[in-house]
Amino acid sequence: MSEAGGGDWEENSPERLYVITGGRSGGSAPAELDLVTLIVARSGAKPGMQPEHAAIVQLCQSPLSVAEISAYLRFPVSVVTVLLGDLLADNRIVARAPIPPARLPDRALIEAVIDGLQKL
Amino acid sequence: MDFRSSEHDGSEQHGGGAVRGPRSEDVLPETATTAVKVVIVGGFGVGKTTFVGSVSEIRPLTTEETMTQAGVGVDDTSGVDGKTSTTVAMDFGRISINQELVLYLFGTPGQERFWFLWRGLFEGALGAVVLVDTRRLEVSFDVLGRLEERRVPFVVAVNTFPDAPAYPVEELRTALDLPPSVPIVPCDARNRGSSRDVLMTLMRYLQTLATTQEAS
Repeated sequence: MSEAGGGDWEENSPERLYVITGGRSGGSAPAELDLVTLIVARSGAKPGMQPEHAAIVQLCQSPLSVAEISAYLRFPVSVVTVLLGDLLADNRIVARAPIPPARLPDRALIEAVIDGLQKL
Repeated sequence: MDFRSSEHDGSEQHGGGAVRGPRSEDVLPETATTAVKVVIVGGFGVGKTTFVGSVSEIRPLTTEETMTQAGVGVDDTSGVDGKTSTTVAMDFGRISINQELVLYLFGTPGQERFWFLWRGLFEGALGAVVLVDTRRLEVSFDVLGRLEERRVPFVVAVNTFPDAPAYPVEELRTALDLPPSVPIVPCDARNRGSSRDVLMTLMRYLQTLATTQEAS
């Protein structure tokens, strides 16, 4: 499909990404979105949604991290977080926040990770 | 894969192209509520992706950011001409710890200037694994210094390449100028069990740090 593209409208060219986000950069995205924030859609995609928003809602029918959404959509995380910000504002998705940043993580959490790794 | 291509895997959606989502066996359970991350840092070719791939339950995924060479975020009136941009890729994988908790592993380039491309890469990370190749120890110095500055707890894993010289751990510790408390372990990044053991070493180290902190 992209043969005709080329030139200034290449796959994920800065110009295309600029249009998708309406020119907004990652700086306008919600600060609480981390690479590993799990995103879950509240419902299915609705007709008339911006295609990129619809694609995210479709992907997030089950929990998916911001990083995974970026990988599957082939958009940079900086673009994905802007789009997620829109969907959060419209109440289309829920963000399951990661553990809040702390100098040292909770011991119970570390023990859970050790238990899990032992089963690998 | 082309974003607009029409590969069929049942994940069609409204308004344009199909996006290939996770394979059915890669879908996280609805009960997954918390995700944590560990960053695997190392120079080019040191085996970050191999490490991530060997322990990950999903085939490693890639996320890319574009870096404009002359000052990111600075408006450039010269247009497209003469603008150089670099695409920086980060591979990552995932391990489901239990029904609620998911661990993500990010393999990131050793150069600090790339770390800023992913906001919050190290913030909130449990810790880091610094993957080292004994044939090119010098590329690790900078990484170790930066992690110390950022106070990211880390362990050092020495990836065992067949033709790499094997140094005793204490010799490496001296060469890398690391305090005795920082674990240094050998690792075969291709081996799931070996990579898993490195992660275990990091977790046990975090436990020790937590205990030390409580005691002080």
